[in-house]
Amino acid sequence: MQFPILSFIVFTPIVAALIIFLIPEERKSEVRVAALAAAAFALVLSIWAYFAYDVRAGGYQFVEQVSWIPALGISYKVGLDGMNAPLVLLTGVVMFTGVLISWGIDDRPREFFTFLFILATGVFGVFVSLDLFMLFFFYEIAVFPMYLLIAIWGWKETREYAAMKLTLYLFVGSVIALVGALAMYFTAGLGTFDILELEKAGFSREFQILWFPFVFIGFGVLGGIFPFHNWSPDGHVAAPTAVSMFHAGVLMKLGAFAALRVGLMLLPEGAKFHMGWIILLTLVNVVYGAFIASVQTDFKYVIGFSSVSHMGLVLMGFATLTREGFIGSGIQMFSHGVMTALFFAVVGMVYDQAHTREIPKLGGFRKVMPVVAIAFIIGGLVSMGMPGFSGFIAEFPIFMGVWKSYPLIAIIAAISIVITASYIIRVVGRVFYGKMPQEFEGHVHDVTVLDKIALVFLSFILIALGVFPGWMVPLVESGVEQILRLLGGA
Amino acid sequence: MNFFTDHILSIILFSPVFAAAILFFLPENQEKLLKWVSFVLSLIPFGFSLALWFLFDKNAAGFQFVEQFIWYAAINSSYHVGVDGIALSMVLLTTLLTPLAILASFSIKENIKSYMILFFLLELGMLGVFLALDLLIFFVFWEFGLVPMYFLINQWGSEKGEREIWGGLKVPARTYASFKFMIYTMAGSLGLLLAIQMIGVVAGTFDIPTLFERWTSLDKSLFGLDISVVKAIAFWAFTIAFAIKVPVWPFHTWLPDAHTEAPTAGSMILAGVLLKLGAFGFLRLVLPLYPTEAQRYAPALAFLAVMAIIFGAFASFGQTDFKRLVAYSSVNHMGFVVLGIAAAAYAMGGENATIALNGAVLQMFNHGLSAAGMFFLVGVIYERTHTRDLNEYGGLFPLVPVYGGILIFTSMASLGLPGLNGFISEFLVVRGSWPIFTLYTALAMIGLLFTGAYILKGIKQVLHGPLNEKWIGHLTEINSREIFVIAPLMVLMLWIGVWPAWILDVINRAVLALLS
Repeated sequence: MQFPILSFIVFTPIVAALIIFLIPEERKSEVRVAALAAAAFALVLSIWAYFAYDVRAGGYQFVEQVSWIPALGISYKVGLDGMNAPLVLLTGVVMFTGVLISWGIDDRPREFFTFLFILATGVFGVFVSLDLFMLFFFYEIAVFPMYLLIAIWGWKETREYAAMKLTLYLFVGSVIALVGALAMYFTAGLGTFDILELEKAGFSREFQILWFPFVFIGFGVLGGIFPFHNWSPDGHVAAPTAVSMFHAGVLMKLGAFAALRVGLMLLPEGAKFHMGWIILLTLVNVVYGAFIASVQTDFKYVIGFSSVSHMGLVLMGFATLTREGFIGSGIQMFSHGVMTALFFAVVGMVYDQAHTREIPKLGGFRKVMPVVAIAFIIGGLVSMGMPGFSGFIAEFPIFMGVWKSYPLIAIIAAISIVITASYIIRVVGRVFYGKMPQEFEGHVHDVTVLDKIALVFLSFILIALGVFPGWMVPLVESGVEQILRLLGGA
Repeated sequence: MNFFTDHILSIILFSPVFAAAILFFLPENQEKLLKWVSFVLSLIPFGFSLALWFLFDKNAAGFQFVEQFIWYAAINSSYHVGVDGIALSMVLLTTLLTPLAILASFSIKENIKSYMILFFLLELGMLGVFLALDLLIFFVFWEFGLVPMYFLINQWGSEKGEREIWGGLKVPARTYASFKFMIYTMAGSLGLLLAIQMIGVVAGTFDIPTLFERWTSLDKSLFGLDISVVKAIAFWAFTIAFAIKVPVWPFHTWLPDAHTEAPTAGSMILAGVLLKLGAFGFLRLVLPLYPTEAQRYAPALAFLAVMAIIFGAFASFGQTDFKRLVAYSSVNHMGFVVLGIAAAAYAMGGENATIALNGAVLQMFNHGLSAAGMFFLVGVIYERTHTRDLNEYGGLFPLVPVYGGILIFTSMASLGLPGLNGFISEFLVVRGSWPIFTLYTALAMIGLLFTGAYILKGIKQVLHGPLNEKWIGHLTEINSREIFVIAPLMVLMLWIGVWPAWILDVINRAVLALLS
């Protein structure tokens, strides 16, 4: 039997959470060291799994299956393919950097890291699940700690409101999706939740057309699809920094990924039928999100709405149902995850020093925190799809896919690129350049070494993917081939 | 053959990255070290380009020193580079101007390390455009070059001046100019990006030589539209992107702001090389990919070019800011490049088209020399007087005789005095365009007349007339470093003016290939 690497990845965080919880509360530095060690371990495992995946063979690899509730056909089944491998790597990266920049949390760090790691287990679990029931199981595990993390450690002004809003939105979405999933389970009549079995169930066209919107939009809520994106900027803003990173960096991908795996891959005919109008929703995401971001004055809201815009591109790529679109979306999920984690990390660092996020009140931060400024600029260039950075590698094929299916939408969506460029330039100019306001002089200091390591690490990934797409694209391509087989064969 | 000749283009292209990487690890406060290391490192690409110039077989057709590697296999894009005569002359221009611009930046005081790193990244972006033989790679470098230029203007631009934007908010002029530059060019590139995506989807490849055949021979209908409509739209998408960069009237309004606010070396590169990217885009992509459309719309392009020539000259004449005067002169001179290209596109073959296009390419090179030289000389006097207002100068010739002589020499090259380089290329363009667009070429002569007028105005206001007493004792003569910057440019101006064959031979072959 091979080494159960995926189970190790999934359960490392939750085991670590238990261990951390056993450490006495007042020994904060031990808690932090334990958290960092666990995060590093998970990162190494996810890098290993990512590079050990055999691209040439394709398909699901490292598959593990343990029967869990045989009576209902539920089993613990996990596997890695070209679509989820980058996301597992992403989660490892965000978890590691999230712990690094949360070093300074002084309010109950033990509980904080415990919840954060439970969340991480949920996220890893959703990405690798090959069983519908397990997927929902992990999904709820991921959503629930979010509520506590925001409500307890969040921004005092809006944390209760945002936590409640976020949780309700996501629960409603997941319940709708769950209904669809149950319908699939019963209609298939195979007595199993195994996704690979359900793929072959041969649902009738009418069934697929009926249930696809439930599943896709239900999960799409977590992906921030218009008009159900509303929870996300509020949630991002209220969350503490590491949670925002997780939230925008990974959690939103959870929605998009589940919409793909459960919605698109199990109900391909439904997807073909409905994508014509769903792509219009994503177009609103992309363009409207960018416009809203450009008029925000709160630094964190700018980034929050930019996530809405960028996640719209992911869903838009799915909606094209083309090879290029899927490849682009696959890469965009990774690229946006790393980029937005970087953004929220930067926002957090600026806020920790300035105690305000109002853009007009900030200025001149480049002088005191040069590394942070450069990291933000790199993230900004990724965000505006500048060639040479990962955003371009991701967005270009998405647009090619849109050209293949709906040329007019490609032209409209492209407006968002210029809008994004304008607000990124504005934020960079206002926050990092210009004159530093009097009251910050002498009060603002550079960030810690750990923060810098996190930022450099994230920036490095964005550039490496932009210059050498070869280390990710073939992998995603192999995953896309599977999706296309389902779409073509159904 | 061997590693060196097989990979010379990649070596040239990526040696600036190598230089930037070295600078990254040097200490920030060692200003002298940083400056000299940058200068020496910038000579590396220049040396290799010289080697390339001599290795280049000017009698062979097609692209030479071609390299191709897989880059983005999923969408059939590869790292594909190669040079022809046109690209070669532009590469030489870029790698020559970069060391000179770096030498001209020795007076920079703030953040030298970041400045130099950005400069090398800028060089990378420009070289990449000239060398690319893959549409996606072309676009990558095309866009990438914007970023360092934005920061050079934004951070090291002129510190004086404010501009009022919406709502009466005042922002520093350099912030305004850099933002305008970035958004203007990005908006222009947007059409280019969309058209490139569309071509990629339709043709299934981004390889430029392959597209020359596959895209032009396409004749099915696309997206429910006739192929000719689609091609016409794509043609304008390309054309507008390149026209903004050149810039062609009426897309030129970013230029005076950007040129004026940029630091001296930034203006040198901006006028010397960056504007050529647009013209080069016409030559490399628009003419071969859209021969029919280019022919159909050439009169419109020629009209815009003539407008650029005339209005550029008028606008230049009307300036009181020395740097703005030189900036508008770029609009005027680049108009001739576009006129030559439009004439060649309209005639598509024949002797006149060949002459016009040769003139256009040579004019690109020549304007690179003279505009860089002029901006440098403006910078020299600005550093000493801290003003660019022409009315503040006056009668400086006795104070700075050497500078005065150099300024007159360079201005004359820019004006098109026979015996210097500008004359050769403008004459070729006019000679080639005359039989093709007689009226437009005749109108362009008005512009040429005013070219003389504004150049002489500049010289008169700075050097002649009553001496402005306040500069006595304050104005120092041009120093040896500065002479070293301008000298190579002057030598080339004279050399091309007297004996242009050495460069025209290289250009001509590529021009013939383009028109066949």
